[in-house]
Amino acid sequence: MSHDHQAVPSDLSLRVKALESLLTEKGLVDPAALDALIDKYQHKVGPRNGARVVAKAWTDPAYKQRLLADGTAAMAELGYGGAQGEHMVVVENTPQTHNLIVCTLCSCYPWSVLGLPPVWYKSAPYRARAVIDPRGVLREFGLELPDETEVRVWDSTAELRYLVLPERPSGTENLDQEALAALVSRDSMIGVSKVV
Amino acid sequence: MNGIHDMGGMQDMGSVVREENEPVFHAPWEGRVLAMSLATAAWRKWSLDAFRHQMELIPPSEYLRMSYYEKWFTAVTERLVESGLVTRAEVETSKPAPGTSKAVPPLTAAQVPSMLRTGALARRDLAVSPRFHAGQPVRTRNINPTGHTRLPRYARDKQGTVERDHGVYVFPDSAADSLGENPQHVYSVRFAARELWGDQASPRDAVYLDLWDEYLDAA
Repeated sequence: MSHDHQAVPSDLSLRVKALESLLTEKGLVDPAALDALIDKYQHKVGPRNGARVVAKAWTDPAYKQRLLADGTAAMAELGYGGAQGEHMVVVENTPQTHNLIVCTLCSCYPWSVLGLPPVWYKSAPYRARAVIDPRGVLREFGLELPDETEVRVWDSTAELRYLVLPERPSGTENLDQEALAALVSRDSMIGVSKVV
Repeated sequence: MNGIHDMGGMQDMGSVVREENEPVFHAPWEGRVLAMSLATAAWRKWSLDAFRHQMELIPPSEYLRMSYYEKWFTAVTERLVESGLVTRAEVETSKPAPGTSKAVPPLTAAQVPSMLRTGALARRDLAVSPRFHAGQPVRTRNINPTGHTRLPRYARDKQGTVERDHGVYVFPDSAADSLGENPQHVYSVRFAARELWGDQASPRDAVYLDLWDEYLDAA
């Protein structure tokens, strides 16, 4: 066996390439499967999924009821589920209550409806502070909540994945689901902002 | 393990830095790492819990320095070696050991859509009796396991209320350590922010955690 460390590229991207070539040569992965996985998360799964769920809940009271009672089943109605969305819980913002999602222990996130998490969600400051100082974190995102509002922080410690159902902004009564979905940001479904 | 990954409540980490129009991947290698991690998991040599635990074993200074996908790369490499799918020498040389026969990948491109559609179900359809019920006051145990656990330090020996029974799930503390699934109920437990952080917290706010039977006692 060679222990020639010169053969180990120091640059991370080269090390990743080297591992992939090893795994491919050993028949442990199919490079086409890797391409398909990347394509899925780069182009097909993202916050637009979650926005459609929210817009439907805003316009269809029976759907909203089903969504809050069983998020997994209600999202499956729209074709969303599977990897990192197997067990979904939807929490509703109201004038009295504001919800915020975090994973303090790693970076659990509802991939099936929001895609892969942004860097800030996975960062130490967010994971550390969201539970102890949620109002301070929200302020940094430009959201100042009144003292009377109850802030509920959801730490994703198990395999349940959370999505915030934001409040529907006023003045949107005449918009259809598609136009409403276009208003719903990723951040509002994590709970660090509102829909305006 | 009381490791650096258990970050909830730590202070002096700085402000949350956002990036406008952030790309899904910042470089092609990040996507390759994600995809390799998902594709090699299809060998079923390790659980998601074991993968998370592997990431927690990254030394603290490295853990803080590394980007998310560098942590994944480190964890998947270690899992591949530990499971015997590759040897350390093969990783170092990036060449299969002489005489190795070529395997057949368990995940093909055609199987990717159905694999992602199914996901990995952690819920188990088993008749396990719940120890608690919605509305019940509970206290988390003061445990400090050296292995994997999903009970964060900030929520140990704290009183809360069971809000909802999520059903029966694999217990990560066992599953990460190859000790079996030990399926048990998971509850959504509500903690008043002041119970966790004292008077500096808002009297109205609350933190909810999903906690397994073995983390809890009746209060």
